[in-house]
Amino acid sequence: MAPVDPLQGKELLKGNVAIAEAAIRAGLQAYFGYPITPQTELLEHMSLRMPQLGRTFLQAESEVAAINMVYGAACAGVRVMTSSSGPGISLMQEGLSYIACSEVPVVIVDIMRGGPGLGNIQPTQADYNQLTKSAGHGDFHSIVLAPSSVQEAIDFTVLAFDLAEKYRTIVFVAGDGMIGQMMEPARLPPMQKVRTTRPDWALTGAKGREKNIITSLYLGGEVLESVNQRLQAKINRIRAEEVRYEEMLTDDADILVVAFGTTGRIAKTAIREARRQGVRVGLLRPITLFPFPFAPLDELSKRVKAILVVEMSAGQMVEDVRLGVWGRVPVHFYGRTGGVVPLPGEILDQILALAGRLDEPPSGELREFVGMSVSVS
Amino acid sequence: MEEQWVEQVVYQRPKSLSKVPTHYCPGCTHGLIHKLIGEVIDELGIRERTIAVAPVGCSVLLYNYFELDGAEAAHGRAPAMATGLKRVQPDKIVFTYQGDGDLASIGMAEIVWAATRGENITVFFINNAIYGMTGGQMAPTSLPGQVTRSSPMGRDVEMTGMPIRMAEMLAELPGASYVVRRSVHDIRTIKESKKAIRTAFRVQMAGAGFSLVEFLSSCPTNWGLTPYQSLDWIKQNMVPYYPLGDYKVADIVKDLK
Repeated sequence: MAPVDPLQGKELLKGNVAIAEAAIRAGLQAYFGYPITPQTELLEHMSLRMPQLGRTFLQAESEVAAINMVYGAACAGVRVMTSSSGPGISLMQEGLSYIACSEVPVVIVDIMRGGPGLGNIQPTQADYNQLTKSAGHGDFHSIVLAPSSVQEAIDFTVLAFDLAEKYRTIVFVAGDGMIGQMMEPARLPPMQKVRTTRPDWALTGAKGREKNIITSLYLGGEVLESVNQRLQAKINRIRAEEVRYEEMLTDDADILVVAFGTTGRIAKTAIREARRQGVRVGLLRPITLFPFPFAPLDELSKRVKAILVVEMSAGQMVEDVRLGVWGRVPVHFYGRTGGVVPLPGEILDQILALAGRLDEPPSGELREFVGMSVSVS
Repeated sequence: MEEQWVEQVVYQRPKSLSKVPTHYCPGCTHGLIHKLIGEVIDELGIRERTIAVAPVGCSVLLYNYFELDGAEAAHGRAPAMATGLKRVQPDKIVFTYQGDGDLASIGMAEIVWAATRGENITVFFINNAIYGMTGGQMAPTSLPGQVTRSSPMGRDVEMTGMPIRMAEMLAELPGASYVVRRSVHDIRTIKESKKAIRTAFRVQMAGAGFSLVEFLSSCPTNWGLTPYQSLDWIKQNMVPYYPLGDYKVADIVKDLK
């Protein structure tokens, strides 16, 4: 009889290291980055493994330089990525805007930390707006994937490269200090071969063909408008085809919790306990923060009596949720900020308090609770 | 025997330059420096493996004027972008072409670090002591007392500091292999410029590290001078503050045959 493998082929992996190794196995050819807590182990892993494999690793002088190195390597048509945390993502925004308009594929990992400002190094989800809505000047959106476990961090990193190349776009893997720092058993993907061919648009030297130009400069108003229309058409295609989410226990739910990433995972524990206490509550966990899962939210908002949004922020995704329910049901919010991670019990208290008020007659107005002091009691 | 007259081509546009008019002002020496670079690329036979990285500034449309693969960098970030392009395809020849605002002001960190790493790229630095594209504001290289649209009483060095000498500064970095300053205000300096461009590319082709040629270049429009007066202004005003010469020629460069 074969020996039993208690981990079933999994390894005990730290989130940051798992993401780095997943990217390498997805055929990453170049990594450029700058140290920042709580993602630094990712860069450290790259610094060892990439040279071992004969691939490119370079520690840049700043996040400003790192993103422009990424931009350059992406123009050469190779798989390239960087990783950072909020303060570094802010510095990358200039480059991100150029990359978005130039339509070169790039993967960026954001292991979110407390803010604003220098903040701290504990987990938050307060870069939601930055990643989904304002990752640079001008009109564009990036695909944003939000893992809630180390396994998902691995899987979404591999997916990120495929999506980046499919749409020639920026793809963020949006974790937080919890996802980056925690260790849990997870299965790494098999090693893919590094691609040796280059896309026909890449800057490889104009040998036997017309020259290729990669730019975000279009001086004519109507020319730039047509570029914008092309970008928006692509973004609409992404909205139509790339929505990902998880639903749990929503079939008979009176209360719908909406939470992503780490918070989505903690909410599951609270929801199971609330179910044991007889409350019909379910979860919608957006996996793509952009494109946001508006369609399932629309359907669910027709069936549930109330929605509770839980985030590690002062309330960012809640705005998308409110937008998506058309005022059909009250949308409540519970958030912790500053790097404080909510305990399952806190979320449970919110659910139970909300359950006790479901039979109250509707007030006729959109009821909202904002701020970390909120409760539904 | 009857004399035969055969027409011979004695001069033509370099193959590395596109057959398009440039947007440069009459008398501006950007076009001349483009031509010198194009000629050298042709002569070295590297057109099909050379990639140009354009800056933000007057030469922002540079990729339209060269028959090369080209990219448009963010303001000052060309050396970082070139680093990315070169590191993943070391067999290509990658050059940036940057003005004084781009390289010496907003892009100071990127150029210093590209030189520090001995990045195997070539940088052409166009110093015309003014922001041309935005209409003639004070540059990091504007001369003391120089009147510009943002120093209308003349550059006050008590307030802004002295103009920065990039070639001298970068030459101090151990990673830099070839750093020189040239001009294009007369036939002799133009010829010397072309030689330096050639050496700079050969440094990169040999994998010998970071190479940079600074050019003193004219801006008749924003200096408010005629093209001829502008060339004289370079000679009379810029050359004394920015002496021409070789600031760093590493041994590995001297050994290049």
